[in-house]
Amino acid sequence: MIELTINDQVYKVPPGRTILEACREFGIPIRTLCYHPALEPYGGCRLCMVEIAQPGRKPRLATACTYPCEAGLLVWTDSQRVKTSRRLTAELLLATATGAPEIEALARQLGVTTVRYCLPESDACVLCGLCVRACQEIVGVSAIGMIRRGIAKEVSPPFQVASATCIGCGTCVMICPTGVLTLEQITDYHSPHRQLRDGQEVYLDCELCAPQRRIGP
Amino acid sequence: MNRTTHATHDSQAVETGWLRLADIAAFQHWSAELTQAWDESRPCVKVCDGTGCRALGSQKVLSGLRAACQKADLPIPLEIVGTGCPGFCECGPLLTIYPQKISYQKIKPNDVKEIVERTLVGGEIIERLLYTDPLTGEHIHREPDLPFYNKQLRQVLDFNGRIDPTRIEEYVALGGYRALVKALSELEPKQVIDEVKAAGLRGRGGAGFSTGLKWEIARQNIRRTGTGYIICNADEGDPGAFMDRSVMEGNPHSVIEGMLIGAYALGIQDGYVYIRAEYPLAVQNLQTAISQAEEIGLLGEDILGTGFTFHLRVRLGAGAFVCGEETALMASIEGRIGEPRPRPPYPAESGLWGQPTVINNVETWANVPLVIQRGSAAYAAVGTEKSKGTKIFSVVGKINNTGLVEVPMGITLREIIEDIGGGIPNGKRFKAAQLGGPSGGCVPVEHLDVPIDYESLSQLGAIMGSGGMVVADEDTCMVDFARYFMNFTQEESCGKCVPCRVGTKAMLATLERICAGYGEPGDLDYLLEMGQHVRDSSLCGLGQTAPNPVLSTLRYFRDEYEAHILEHRCPAHVCKGLITYSVIAELCTGCMVCLRNCPSDAITGAKQQVHAIDPLRCNRCGMCQSVCKFDAISVN
Repeated sequence: MIELTINDQVYKVPPGRTILEACREFGIPIRTLCYHPALEPYGGCRLCMVEIAQPGRKPRLATACTYPCEAGLLVWTDSQRVKTSRRLTAELLLATATGAPEIEALARQLGVTTVRYCLPESDACVLCGLCVRACQEIVGVSAIGMIRRGIAKEVSPPFQVASATCIGCGTCVMICPTGVLTLEQITDYHSPHRQLRDGQEVYLDCELCAPQRRIGP
Repeated sequence: MNRTTHATHDSQAVETGWLRLADIAAFQHWSAELTQAWDESRPCVKVCDGTGCRALGSQKVLSGLRAACQKADLPIPLEIVGTGCPGFCECGPLLTIYPQKISYQKIKPNDVKEIVERTLVGGEIIERLLYTDPLTGEHIHREPDLPFYNKQLRQVLDFNGRIDPTRIEEYVALGGYRALVKALSELEPKQVIDEVKAAGLRGRGGAGFSTGLKWEIARQNIRRTGTGYIICNADEGDPGAFMDRSVMEGNPHSVIEGMLIGAYALGIQDGYVYIRAEYPLAVQNLQTAISQAEEIGLLGEDILGTGFTFHLRVRLGAGAFVCGEETALMASIEGRIGEPRPRPPYPAESGLWGQPTVINNVETWANVPLVIQRGSAAYAAVGTEKSKGTKIFSVVGKINNTGLVEVPMGITLREIIEDIGGGIPNGKRFKAAQLGGPSGGCVPVEHLDVPIDYESLSQLGAIMGSGGMVVADEDTCMVDFARYFMNFTQEESCGKCVPCRVGTKAMLATLERICAGYGEPGDLDYLLEMGQHVRDSSLCGLGQTAPNPVLSTLRYFRDEYEAHILEHRCPAHVCKGLITYSVIAELCTGCMVCLRNCPSDAITGAKQQVHAIDPLRCNRCGMCQSVCKFDAISVN
C-alpha cells in the first residue's frame, strides 16, 4: 500500500492508482470532462487539476486523472491555485462552446461569471477526445480521429469522408458529453437513421443523438 | 584500407570497396594512417556547402571552381572541397584557400574566374572579396583573424568548415570515432555514464537536464526490461534557429559517434534520429554517414569485433513544431498523431513502444564524444559552476554578423552581440534579445552583462532553449515582437489540451487587438493572468512555455504596452493601427515622388507644392518615407 496525503489527511491506496481514482474512492470530489473510467486517461481538458508536492519540492499543478499516487505525495484538490486554474480552464472551454448548455452549467459551477474572450466561430465540441478514444479502445475500429491541429482541430473520419470501418454502433454519440456529435457526421452508410421502407430510403428522427432535428431529406 | 571510388562532393552514392574493420587494432591502424596522411597545409579550396550558403549560390561557385581549375594552369593540383557550415552565414558563400587560409566572402559564381586566375594561379589577393572590419575599415586576409571567430570556442563546430562531411576518412583523420574506441576498450558502461555525469553535460535542447543523470535512471530501467531505445531529437523548429541542422550537415559522424557511446553505456541496440523532412541536406549527409559507418563496421552488428551491436535508423518528421516535444516525437515515430502525453511515466521509464528510452538533442549527442575523448575533468574546465562546456547559438535578427556562434558557457550576451555579432546594423541601439525562441523570453539591455548559463537565464525570465537568439533593435516594437511569437505557438499548438489550444488563441487575439489600437486597460491583467494559467496548466512543454515571450516583454517593456493601450501610440512606429504618416511642410520640395509611388493614392499635391497625406486612404505601408529624398515624411 502507498501512503499519501490528500487535503491534509493521510490515505492508503494500492499501487497503480491515479490520484483521481483514489479521490473517487474516498469520496473527494474532482470535476472531470475528458475522463471516463472505461478509457485510458487523456489529460486533455485539464479540469481535474490538483496541486501536488513531492517531499522537498515546490508544489505544482498536475492532472489527477493521469498522475499516479506516489508514496509521500502531498495533494490538494481545492487550493486557491487549483480553483483559479479550473475557473480559467472552464472560461476557455466556454469560449469555444458558447452554445453548449452542459459547458455553460459546468463553467457556472466553477465560478465563471464572464467570458472575456470568445472564439468567432464556436460549436459545442470541446475536443475531449472521448468519442475517438471510445471508438479505438472499446469498439476497436478507429473510425474517427482528430484532424488538423490547434484551434482548427476537429473530430472527423479519415480524409473527411464517410468512414467505411464505422459499424454504426453509436458509442461515440452516446459518450459525447455535449451531444454535438451525430452519427451522420461519421458515416452515412451504417446510420441507424437511414432505413428502407417499401423499397424507399427514409431518414428517421433520432431520439439518441439529435432529438430536436430531423436528419436527412 | 583502400577504397575503389572516391566520393564526389555532390554525390549521394554510397561508397563501395571498404574493408570492414575487424577489430579495434584494425581501427587504430587505419585511424593512425589517416591522421598521418592528413595535412591541413595541403593546398586546397574549401567552400561552405551548408544550406545557408547553398541558398546564396555556393553550389554554382563549387561547380564553377572545379571547371575553372581543370582548365587553368595551376602550379600544383588543387582539391576543391564542399564543407559544412562554419557559421559566418552573413558573409556567405564563404571560400577559404589553404594553406594560407585566405578567406573570401560573398562569392558570386562570376567571381570564380578571377579567383582562379589571380589568387590560385597568380598568388595575389583580391581585396574586394576580403572581409572588411566595419570599425577599422581594415581588410582581413586570413580566416583565423576574422573577429567573428575570435571570441568563439569551437568544440562541436570545430570540424564544420574543415572537413567534407560526406567522407568518413576526414572525420577519422581528425580523431573521429576515437572516443567510441576509448569507451569500448577502456571503459565499462557504468564508467561512461559516470564520466558524462562528472563532466556536468546538460541537455542542449532546452530544459538543461543532466544528461548523465538521465542515462543513469534509464540504465536501471533498461537492465530490468532488457531492451530500450535511444533517440536523437533533430526536430529543430524554433524560428531563426539552425544549430542542429548545421551540426548534422557539417559533421554528422559526431552525432552518430555520440549515439554509439550512449548506446554502449546504456546497453541498447536500437536508435532513431528523428529529423525534420525540411532539412534535406542534413538528412542526406546523415544517411550517407550512417551507411559509411555501417559499411566500415562502426555501426551495425558486432562493432569492431567487440560484440557490441547498434542499429541506427532515420525517421523524418513532417514539420509539426510539437513533435520536438519528446512524448509527441515518440508518438510520431510509432506512427501515431504527434501529440504529447502527460508525464509521468517519463521516457526513461516508458518511452518508445513502452520501453525505456533516452532522448537527447543533436548538440547534446555531439558533445558526448568530446566528454569521453577529453575526459570529464578537461571538459568541465570550460563553463560556469553549473553549466559546463560550450553552447551554439544562432544569432539572427537585427545584428551585423548573422550566423552560428559557439561560445563557452558563462560568456556575456554583450560579448556575443557586440564582439562576435558585430553589433546592430545602421548604428541603431540594441533593445533586447529573445533567447530560446518562442519558448523563451527576452533579455533587455540592462542585463547584457549577465553571464549566460542555464540558471542566470531562467532567472531573467528567458531560457537557454536550443540556442536561438533573435536580436531586436530600437525599431522593434516589443508588443509586435511578442505577438509574432504568440502567433507561432498558437499555430503550432497541437490542440490536445484546453489551456494551450484556447489560451494561446485568446492571448494572441488580445495582442492583436492591442497592436491594432483597440487595447483596453484590463488587457494587461488579462494577459498576465492567462499567461500564468497557460504556463501552469498546459499539458506539455510547448504550452507551458508559450506565454514566456509575452510575460517577459511585459516584465521589461510594460511601458510599451501601456503606450499602445493608454496613449494609442506605438513608440517604435511599427504597429500600423497606431501610426500616421504626414508631410513635414518645411522639408517637402513638392517633387511628386511620394505621390507617384503611393499604392493607395493617399497623397495629394502638385509640382513644387507641399504634398499632403490623407490618413483615411493611407495604408501605412511606409513607401513614401522610403522614397522621399528629403526626409520630409514623418511617422507619429
